[in-house]
Amino acid sequence: MAKARKLGLKERYALLTRGLDWETTYQPMDKVFPYDTYEGIKIVDWDKWEDPFRLTMDAYWKYQSEKERKLYAILDAFQQNNGHLNISDARYMSAVKIWLQGITPLEYAAHRGFAHAGRSFRGAGARVACQMQSIDELRHAQTQLHAFSHYNKYFSGMHNFAHMRDRAWYLSIPKSFFEDAMSAGPFEFVTSISFAFEYVLTNLLFMPFVSGAAFNGDMATTTFGFSAQSDESRHMTLGLEVVKFMLEQHEDNVPIVQAWLDKWFWRGYRLLGLVGTMMDYMLPKKVMSWKEAWEMYWEENGIALFNDLARYGIRLPKHHEVATKEKGRLTHELWATLYQYGNALGLHTWVPEDEELDWFSEKYGEQFDTMYKPRLLYFRELEEKGERFYNNRLPMVCQVCQIPIFYTEPDDPQSQCVRIVESKDTKHHCCSDGCADIFNREPEKYVQALIPPQQVYRGEADGARDIFEYAKYLHLESGVDTGEYRNSPDHKNWQAWHAATPDNSDEAA
Amino acid sequence: MADNVFIALQNNSEAQPIIEAIVADNDGAVVSESPGMVKIDVPGRLVIKRETVTEKLGREFDLQELHINLISLGGNIDEDDDEFILSWGV
Repeated sequence: MAKARKLGLKERYALLTRGLDWETTYQPMDKVFPYDTYEGIKIVDWDKWEDPFRLTMDAYWKYQSEKERKLYAILDAFQQNNGHLNISDARYMSAVKIWLQGITPLEYAAHRGFAHAGRSFRGAGARVACQMQSIDELRHAQTQLHAFSHYNKYFSGMHNFAHMRDRAWYLSIPKSFFEDAMSAGPFEFVTSISFAFEYVLTNLLFMPFVSGAAFNGDMATTTFGFSAQSDESRHMTLGLEVVKFMLEQHEDNVPIVQAWLDKWFWRGYRLLGLVGTMMDYMLPKKVMSWKEAWEMYWEENGIALFNDLARYGIRLPKHHEVATKEKGRLTHELWATLYQYGNALGLHTWVPEDEELDWFSEKYGEQFDTMYKPRLLYFRELEEKGERFYNNRLPMVCQVCQIPIFYTEPDDPQSQCVRIVESKDTKHHCCSDGCADIFNREPEKYVQALIPPQQVYRGEADGARDIFEYAKYLHLESGVDTGEYRNSPDHKNWQAWHAATPDNSDEAA
Repeated sequence: MADNVFIALQNNSEAQPIIEAIVADNDGAVVSESPGMVKIDVPGRLVIKRETVTEKLGREFDLQELHINLISLGGNIDEDDDEFILSWGV
């Protein structure tokens, strides 16, 4: 028998992603797939869906297993060689803690979300892509937990992340983001997660931050981070594909997609404030400021993407100019907030060292020197007097993004920005015009948001009467898992471990 | 001027021949290194040719092996067995 000619990539993809489905006969297709029409998106020809990577299931498993082999070899080496001692400073662990508490659960949520979206689409190509992404996201959750499990043996705050995730005021920021997406229809879900979040915004998380992890000696995070990001490239591509697919299928889809891009750009941007704070404040050795990352990944790469979509009638997302105006203040305002509410955080906060303040001055210029540095120095002064500043009442948070309402007016960084919205004679508070717009578009959805500080006042936090009882309800031990870094158990352990190392004993003395 | 497309790869010895191939095949490629990664920007269009990578690597290269060391990218993708192209427009 003559050897068959090897098929090309495009042919293999066509054969392995088409003809897997069938027209149902016992029930009408619209009843089997009720969710892919009710958002108003019109699809004329599902076969026009193409995965530009043309990854088939067999190739998927081949490359994923290779990524896993590489990753686990490194994690083994990391654990066996006390990798936790090689990070730049134990303050760095706050970034790891926020990742575990806030981001890892999102990976698991994405796994569930894509499984659901895959079931909802009637086109086989879209279903295959969602299936792969669903499996990827589960892998990300698992590899992150494996990587962090080593740190959990040595550092505080990592012992009960799943419990905290459903109760902590600051973790409702990422949680509400994803639950908003998961409770939308399948097209909006994929637009929100794969496009707005992954294509437009997660470069800021996985590139400069993970590169920063490498710079700070965190071999575990660097390895799973870049391993996950190689999957993200595929997800981003899926996100761009789904957006182009919707726009090409029917002109009626254009305004729907635009509204989703407006909404999810702003929600993603608000969420990424936490990542900016990780980059600027939680990396003791700094690589790139949030401002520089915003310029590179949004102002250059993100806008290039929207320029490309202009031919479909898509414009830049609403309020993008506000995000750009805020690039010099976002992380400073958010860090000051985390610092104050430290008694209800499962990670440590601190005033940066002098050389870090110099770095901020270099990166952020006069705005930092006149507005944020004096506040940090004041915090330091109080701490030195033994009066470390804490705000011991939980903050009022935005009804949409759930970030405390402390950001400032776009054109006046000295005035607090609050927007009051109304639905059925009840007032709700938003942090920005972006969030107020999102609320006003779907008030029925956002009036139902579960707001942790409000729940505490309702007695739902086991009747907690103050911030310390609330911390206990989160399973956080005050003064161990929470509050100031200086003289915390993490800090003292770090000093003790390094004092015990002969090489460092001279320096310490 | 055309907007830049970009690709970012892990900065390891497996990715080196790919980076060299990109620089060889794309005029105007700007390579920026950060800890752990390399980002390459090219105005308008970036191509990775299987043949060039094969030559630099000294063994047969399947373009889908890119996935293993890929970190991120920006641009519309067109991929077949011989070329992986990122571009804006069309």
